[in-house]
Amino acid sequence: MSDTSTTPSTTALSPETVLAEMKKNDVSHIVWLPDSETNWLYLLMKAEPSLTLVGVSREGHACSIASGLAAGGAKPMILIQNTGLQESGDSLRGWLLGMNVPVVMMVGYRGWTRHGVTTDTAATYTEPFINAYGLNYYLVENDADAPRISVAFNEAKKTKRPVVVLVGDEFHGFNR
Amino acid sequence: MMRIAEALQAFRPHRGDAIVVPGRGGKFWVELTNEPNLDVPLGDPAMGGHAGFALGLALAQLNRKIVLFDSEGDILMSLGMLTTIAEQAPANFYHFLLDNEVYATTGGQPVPNAKNVKYDRLALAAGYPRAQAFDRLDDFDRALPEIMGRPGPVFVALKVYPEIENAPIGSRRRWNTRSRTQVVADLQGRLGIAG
Repeated sequence: MSDTSTTPSTTALSPETVLAEMKKNDVSHIVWLPDSETNWLYLLMKAEPSLTLVGVSREGHACSIASGLAAGGAKPMILIQNTGLQESGDSLRGWLLGMNVPVVMMVGYRGWTRHGVTTDTAATYTEPFINAYGLNYYLVENDADAPRISVAFNEAKKTKRPVVVLVGDEFHGFNR
Repeated sequence: MMRIAEALQAFRPHRGDAIVVPGRGGKFWVELTNEPNLDVPLGDPAMGGHAGFALGLALAQLNRKIVLFDSEGDILMSLGMLTTIAEQAPANFYHFLLDNEVYATTGGQPVPNAKNVKYDRLALAAGYPRAQAFDRLDDFDRALPEIMGRPGPVFVALKVYPEIENAPIGSRRRWNTRSRTQVVADLQGRLGIAG
């Protein structure tokens, strides 16, 4: 007997769920650099007519582009990996925090483990980095966590600051 | 070579109702502008980002020309941005470069390979459909009607004299009387969009 339940998955984050959150929150532009979490999501975003994809070659560029988009009345979302977030420090400071940009930064949490032991320094420094910039963040590991993405959007709008969503599902949902 | 203020003065009659991001030319442009609420003089939020910011504006305001006066130090810090702009290819994007060959705000040290970089060729190689370079003001002045009269994106490299600042940053004259937040709020008010 097949399972026809609509209960959100508690084991994987599906790209369809992430796309639904983008649409629900009226995102107009995705400023992004691919990472190992986002291949399937890329195909869905590309096929979604309400989204414009703006690919960058270095993650710091996403900060200034998102800042300009927001100043011009659009609603960007940044989609990068934690490695790139750490590369983006000065741009994050100047172009997002310094310009009061209400943007959600969806960040692939490379190296994340639930038990807390990791050999990947990309993960080791992720949360200390975010805390150093005084950013708030939410961890999303599966479909049941997805409403936190909307929480992040609402918080960004209310505080006029970037808010981070850490995606802790590498090698599962997005890569199937 | 030309002075930055002369280049901006030559551009001014061609501005129309374009949004102008004056970049490091901001301190000169605020003295020349006739539409301050369509200007986005931000100073230097973070080096290397003016092109990205202007691209974002261009993508958000597709029916209005966006004019950027970038610098070679900023461009060199974000060369990959040229490929992103070329891929997006906003027809309303006019990308001018003020190339003084030095880091003027830190005392005039040369940028890497200052004398030999052909920025217009970099832009073309990155995929811009049009790019030009000028080191004479009269040539630039003559070309401006066509530059601004055709769709973008276009890249225009201008050789300008270095106007070097040596005073400590804290003691320099503050040319921008508006905060960055106020600049964006004024722009959004002028454009009739909610901030």
